[in-house]
Amino acid sequence: MKSAVFRYLPLVLLAMAWEATARLELVSSSALPPLSEVMVSWIDLVRTGELAGNTGASLYRAGAGLLLAIVIGTALGIGMAWWKPINVLLSPLVEIFYPLPKSALIPVTVIWLGFGNGSKILLIFMGCMIPVTISAFNGARSSEQTLVWSARSMGANRLRMLWDVVLPSAMPELLNGIRTALALSFILLVSSELIVAREGLGYLIGFLGANGSYEAMYAVVMTVSLLGFAADRGYQMLMNRMLRWREQTL
Amino acid sequence: MSSQPQIAIDKVAHVYRPPRGRPVLALEEISLQVQQREFVALLGPSGCGKSTLLYLIGGFLPVEKGSITVNGEPVKAPGPDRGIVFQHFALFPWKTVRDNILYGLERKTMPRAEREEQAQHFIDLVGLGGFEDSYPSQLSGGMKQRTALARTLAFDPSILLMDEPFGALDAQTRHLMQAELLSIWQRTPKTVIFVTHDVQEAVYLADRVAVMSARPGRIKTIVDTKFDKKDAGIFKSKGFVEKVDELWNLVRDEAIKAERRAP
Ligand SMILES: Nc1ncnc2c1ncn2[C@@H]1O[C@H](COP(=O)(O)OP(=O)(O)OP(=O)(O)O)[C@@H](O)[C@H]1O
Ligand SMILES: [Mg+2]
Repeated sequence: MKSAVFRYLPLVLLAMAWEATARLELVSSSALPPLSEVMVSWIDLVRTGELAGNTGASLYRAGAGLLLAIVIGTALGIGMAWWKPINVLLSPLVEIFYPLPKSALIPVTVIWLGFGNGSKILLIFMGCMIPVTISAFNGARSSEQTLVWSARSMGANRLRMLWDVVLPSAMPELLNGIRTALALSFILLVSSELIVAREGLGYLIGFLGANGSYEAMYAVVMTVSLLGFAADRGYQMLMNRMLRWREQTL
Repeated sequence: MSSQPQIAIDKVAHVYRPPRGRPVLALEEISLQVQQREFVALLGPSGCGKSTLLYLIGGFLPVEKGSITVNGEPVKAPGPDRGIVFQHFALFPWKTVRDNILYGLERKTMPRAEREEQAQHFIDLVGLGGFEDSYPSQLSGGMKQRTALARTLAFDPSILLMDEPFGALDAQTRHLMQAELLSIWQRTPKTVIFVTHDVQEAVYLADRVAVMSARPGRIKTIVDTKFDKKDAGIFKSKGFVEKVDELWNLVRDEAIKAERRAP
């Protein structure tokens, strides 16, 4: 408990510095409104229900895109590791697609699917699928030969063997890839909503900024970063739980 | 011997072809016949291809030269008739001791309660009571080996391929496990091929001991080693001691050759 307080001490210092800078008008108050006023607008945004509605819309898009990316990306990665034809077919596509800045696809997905949820989900799905596919591929290839043999000799058919041996062998690497995808989903979510959307947290940031409501804009920015932090923390806990078998008891 | 052998290995060779580096001829012209319910031990210097031979019989590696038949059928793939205890255990690291042992049983048609009972029986048999919920990463080498042993025995295959299954055990536990294996083998109809570096163990357990030559592996000699296992004084009996001695000399010659040939 004590150490947690110490850990986040720099954040408290930053908050105090922020408040002081703004109060002393070291920078213009429109560029940096005092933190206390940002908090007040945050409460307002919560009270009007604006924050909840837009957060809901954003989380739905990020969640749906990420879930699709995890399921399909894992299947493709394991497929590539275990069937040569799939590898031959897909690996050039993955290689080409990997370095492409996924935000460049924002206008494309809008042309395809319009301003609503569809285009955001597609964008997040495409962007997040790449790290998931690559990590599933690398993880699946590292599965130990004798473990595969062991399962086969105890009556597992090929499909079972993939599920019982290859997937769990790939899990440590795969879970790391999904963590990258999780961070990427937030980036793609907010940037696509900033550019074209009628709701969502990114939209709200853009809208409030354009209207000059900087306190409220900061409040939404802080909400997004808190959500991102909470998602990563929650994910790490889940990951540690799932990989408990690797721990050596000291 | 009346009927056809249960396992017939005929002029089998095996070459490993690593993706980089040159091919390795691991086995050259191996022929061996094992009868139903026979217990055969394989002795030979490190690297002579004992594990490779077990992998071929298990159906894990393709038989490219020569032939291997089990019950008259050519071996093509792994099958539940042949259980294997791997030299390096090959436990599923993400499963607990109990779940590792249950794995093979889950693919058999038996009620859940019976499966669990079976698993528990073998956990107790190898002396791992109290460690049912441990993961392999939390076990000592000997405990991992006993888990692997229990997993294969619980699965109850008619052919047991065992690759130095007691290699990581202390002398005391080793004797207990040897006795358990013998009693299982005497109670249930099983054919065993047993790889070991321990000459005394081979002579004690096996009906016949096949001595392999240094790489590329061949069967150099096969020695009959039928003794009365129930005789408590067997280890000191003259016949037993002489057999161990005879085999020791054969193995040592090969070990020396392997040493000289080593790069
Ligand atoms: N995957 C592999 N790729 C290339 N060469 C291999 C491979 N596995 C084994 N070999 C070679 O084949 C030979 C036989 O190996 P094998 O593991 O069957 O020996 P072994 O008799 O079981 O030895 P040990 O008693 O040390 O376990 C060795 O010389 C080794 O170098
Ligand atoms: Mg070996």
